Amino acid sequence: MIEVENLTKYYGPRKAINNLTFQIAQGEVVGFLGPNGAGKSTTMNILSCILPASSGTARIKGYDTFEHSIELRKIIGYLPETPPLYPDMSVRDYLMFAAQVRGLTSKQTGSAVEAVIEKCSLKNVSHRIIGRLSKGYQQRVGLAQAMVHDPDILILDEPTIGLDPIQIIEIRKLIQQLASSHTIILSSHILPEITQICQRVIIINEGEIAAVDSLEGLTASLRKSERLSLTVRNASDDIEKKLNSINQVLSVLPGEKNQFLIECALNSNLQDEFARLALDNQWGLVEIKPLSMTLEDVFLKLTIEEKDVKA
Amino acid sequence: MRNAWIIAKRDLGSFFNSPIFYVVTTVFLIIYSFIFFNILNFFSFQSLQAGQLQAMGMNLSLNEMVIEPSLQNMSVILLMIIPIITMRSFADEKKTKTFRLLLSSPVPLREIVLGKFLACMIVVTVMISISSYSIGFLFLLGEPELGPIVTGYLGVLLMAGCYVSVGVFASSLTDNQIVAAVMTFGFSLFMWVIGWGAQAAGATAGQVLQFLSIVDHMERFLKGMVDTSDLVYYLSFILLSLFLCHRVLDSNRWR
Repeated sequence: MIEVENLTKYYGPRKAINNLTFQIAQGEVVGFLGPNGAGKSTTMNILSCILPASSGTARIKGYDTFEHSIELRKIIGYLPETPPLYPDMSVRDYLMFAAQVRGLTSKQTGSAVEAVIEKCSLKNVSHRIIGRLSKGYQQRVGLAQAMVHDPDILILDEPTIGLDPIQIIEIRKLIQQLASSHTIILSSHILPEITQICQRVIIINEGEIAAVDSLEGLTASLRKSERLSLTVRNASDDIEKKLNSINQVLSVLPGEKNQFLIECALNSNLQDEFARLALDNQWGLVEIKPLSMTLEDVFLKLTIEEKDVKA
Repeated sequence: MRNAWIIAKRDLGSFFNSPIFYVVTTVFLIIYSFIFFNILNFFSFQSLQAGQLQAMGMNLSLNEMVIEPSLQNMSVILLMIIPIITMRSFADEKKTKTFRLLLSSPVPLREIVLGKFLACMIVVTVMISISSYSIGFLFLLGEPELGPIVTGYLGVLLMAGCYVSVGVFASSLTDNQIVAAVMTFGFSLFMWVIGWGAQAAGATAGQVLQFLSIVDHMERFLKGMVDTSDLVYYLSFILLSLFLCHRVLDSNRWR
């Protein structure tokens, strides 16, 4: 559905993105991840037909985003990082305007606005002035304008930025509901959000793609060791020494309240060994838990290691 | 054109909901009315004198002595008022980042520019229309000729169109409304006084400067004449400014 090939964009002499290549299939929910200034918003702006690329191509349903931008804009809904809201308009008037400029006819506009107000739970505030709404509601209105014309593709640039935890959960739920019927590209700084919503992650760092894969795929490809958490009731003074003495244990780090984080060689399966050791030494085994790699780990590993390599 | 009208309607709603329109219109009407009634007062004084000195055989015309100078003065007031109306057009959209809604919508850039121009033009036309109460007042007092009044107002509207197009263009250059207003006022004033350099510039260059002067083209409209060259001048001025505005906005996407 979306094919990006060697996409490059310069702002003056500065290269914002460099040779990006990736594909997104219909119905997929893809997360864009990267530090500030990595080129996420630039890529989203090109895909939304707002900016032309300096070189390379971005195609949606086979149409070039620059050459067929007017046609493509009809099937794309875009929520920029700062929602494009007119603070002096009421929610309903604003959505009517957004529907009309997105090409809906007068007949379609009324029902489309009602539907999106219902979907985004804006009924209670539909007659209120946007400038007087809370940040959470403003973000909902921003999301509503992006989907008022029922686009096939939703491009959401940091949709939960600046919201409080409850508002974040609400917006996240809304996006999860939309995921069943739309292709969604989402950028976020909140890594658990990407983990919860997205099927695939594109990590961009300094304008280049650092990785494209599912979270499981990324974790597997980057995993060079296994981590376990061991919790006991009565840790002896020599517990670290005894754990380290086991073959294939790479390191032992003491955690909180008799908890130890143990790094072992890949596929070493040492759980039985640890259990036996705990029983023999009467440590009072409470828990042995394998720890999976979080998206934070993957993200930091990719972005920081890449920097180190470049340096 | 449908999209241009949708955008113009939104901007008009914003104008009429904000105090700026009402403050600007009130100031415009107060200044215009003050000037108009002073001119009328001077006219009645002249009429009185002419009545006493009939031997002078003076032929006093309401069109020449009241309407013509009033409309000339109105165009000066508009020179100062219009930058305040046009400064928001694109500068505000860029500052508040609402321009992205328009840029991500299936609306060609030319229709966005046209919509912005149309909204400002309608606001200015409403202001000028309200001020025409003064003409109605003259019809109660005397019998002014309708022809020069119609062409005079057409001239004022065309000149206002030039100011508005410059304003919309200036607004596309910056995201600062004050900078946009100052640029509009500066350029419009320059086009007003450009003809003053005609004498010093020599024969050919002088003629060019005279032709470029925005105010010279209104003279014939005020006298009741519609000259094609004046019409072409004003319409070309407006189209060129809007074209430049379009180019600026388009080039912003490439930078």
